[in-house]
Amino acid sequence: MASIETITGKLGARQGYIARLGAWAIEANLALGDMGVFFLSTLYWIFRWPGRRAISETFAQMYEMGTKSIPVVMIGGGFIGAVLAVETLPQFQEIGLASRVGSIIVISVVKQVGPILTAVMLAGRLGGAMTAELGTMRVTEQIDALRVMGADPVRTLVVPRVLACVIMTPILTLYSDAIGILGGWLVAVRVEGVRNYPFWHYAAQSTDLFTVNVGLIKAFFFGVVISTVACYKGFRCGNGAQGVGKACTEAFVTGFCLILLSNFILALGLNNLYNALYPNQPSVL
Amino acid sequence: MAENLNATSTPAPALIRFKDVHKRFGPQVVLNGVTMAFTEGQTTVVLGPSGTGKSVLLKHIVGLLQPDVGGVFYRDTRIDHLNDRGMEPIRKKIGFLFQLSALFDSMTVGDNVAFPLREHSKLSKTDIRDRVAERLAMVGMENSEKKMPGELSGGQRKRVALARAIALNPELVLYDEPTTGLDPIRSDVINELILKLHEELKVSAIVVTHDMTSAFKVGDRLVMLMGGSIIADGTADELRSHSDPRVQRFIAGRADEEDLRALHRI
Repeated sequence: MASIETITGKLGARQGYIARLGAWAIEANLALGDMGVFFLSTLYWIFRWPGRRAISETFAQMYEMGTKSIPVVMIGGGFIGAVLAVETLPQFQEIGLASRVGSIIVISVVKQVGPILTAVMLAGRLGGAMTAELGTMRVTEQIDALRVMGADPVRTLVVPRVLACVIMTPILTLYSDAIGILGGWLVAVRVEGVRNYPFWHYAAQSTDLFTVNVGLIKAFFFGVVISTVACYKGFRCGNGAQGVGKACTEAFVTGFCLILLSNFILALGLNNLYNALYPNQPSVL
Repeated sequence: MAENLNATSTPAPALIRFKDVHKRFGPQVVLNGVTMAFTEGQTTVVLGPSGTGKSVLLKHIVGLLQPDVGGVFYRDTRIDHLNDRGMEPIRKKIGFLFQLSALFDSMTVGDNVAFPLREHSKLSKTDIRDRVAERLAMVGMENSEKKMPGELSGGQRKRVALARAIALNPELVLYDEPTTGLDPIRSDVINELILKLHEELKVSAIVVTHDMTSAFKVGDRLVMLMGGSIIADGTADELRSHSDPRVQRFIAGRADEEDLRALHRI
């Protein structure tokens, strides 16, 4: 029979777990609320007009985030398109529908792979850089210096980055889509000998403006997620090099999870919208 | 309890007042009921060992931190309840020299010094350029507008940060450890600069430091903070002859017996 001490010990240990779980839940809630306030403050400054200097900084950030990201996005997109062709073509050939491979490549790239892949690449490339830059500014008291000089750090630092990321993510997604389709075409038509006309014919047949817009709408929201999370983690990073490193890792992991979560929610929402707009069409979202 | 050696002198207008300010970070009590006034026109040095809340005290003045209990006043205005927008007019009157200089890495020296002017003044581009050149010359950094902060030494960064802190002609300049990390000669250059600015611009100053040479050189009044409370307050001579052994140990830079015993136990 268990002694009183063992039972109290077990209860104590359980209470410890429950207390830790409770503490974690409270902390998670506070962090979520804090991130919400940070996001609302960013929105406030965007709609209140952040000032000429913030806008000119936005263009500088667009160049930094957009133009300089084109190579990595193109390489990623191109290879994914090519791999899609390599993996799907044998299945289509087996059932004698090799000429229709273009449709599956285009649907996959435009709706899912393009936006998600671009977002993940940008979360790694831009998110990490933004968190590291803002985190270092926080650690070296530059963000405090802005506040002391009466310049709101959200207006000065966050608004240009969020605006630039939100504008550039859909544009980079278009690049990624185009190069992904080209990569698929290269493998299917140039290497595997699928005829050119049916490839493009079925590709065009399976895609409409709504499909392209789905990818762009997703990319827009991914841009919001990447930039807000990265800036927030930079602003709230711990002290020293370790604090900055930890913030960068957290920014990528949180950003990645939120990209997947928002992709799922957007797919559901856009699917319903598609059904409402085109009731007689089968949903392919 | 604090020994206020200035109690009998003629009262001068208080620029900043702390009224029973308490501040803690988690379990650590940093300020424990601080009540004091910083007089206008004076350079007050706040002394104390590392981690006793000197920088925390400064950050309360510019609203970077708020007290858990108590109040902070700028002249007669209570400022500890104000948000960033409410603090803006107060912050324009205060220059802050950060411990790590806090120059914006992505901007040139000129842009750093021009930043508060572009943010708050209606000066033309030419006037801003002239003011920047004048402030840089004042701190001995003339013709360095085009340089990036990364190209400067620690002492030069402090001087540029000081030029930025005084760009808007503040009433009060706060110095957070202005000589930390500098060799004795560079430290003396900064001390001379503090004296020069006090003389030329007639600004009030609060200097937080644990460098006794600097404190004795620049301070009209010295306040010692220990364990979150003020343990001494007076002129340099008054502090030198203070009866509290903790004050004497700090001035002489001597570890106490408990620290030494802990060291020998290792």
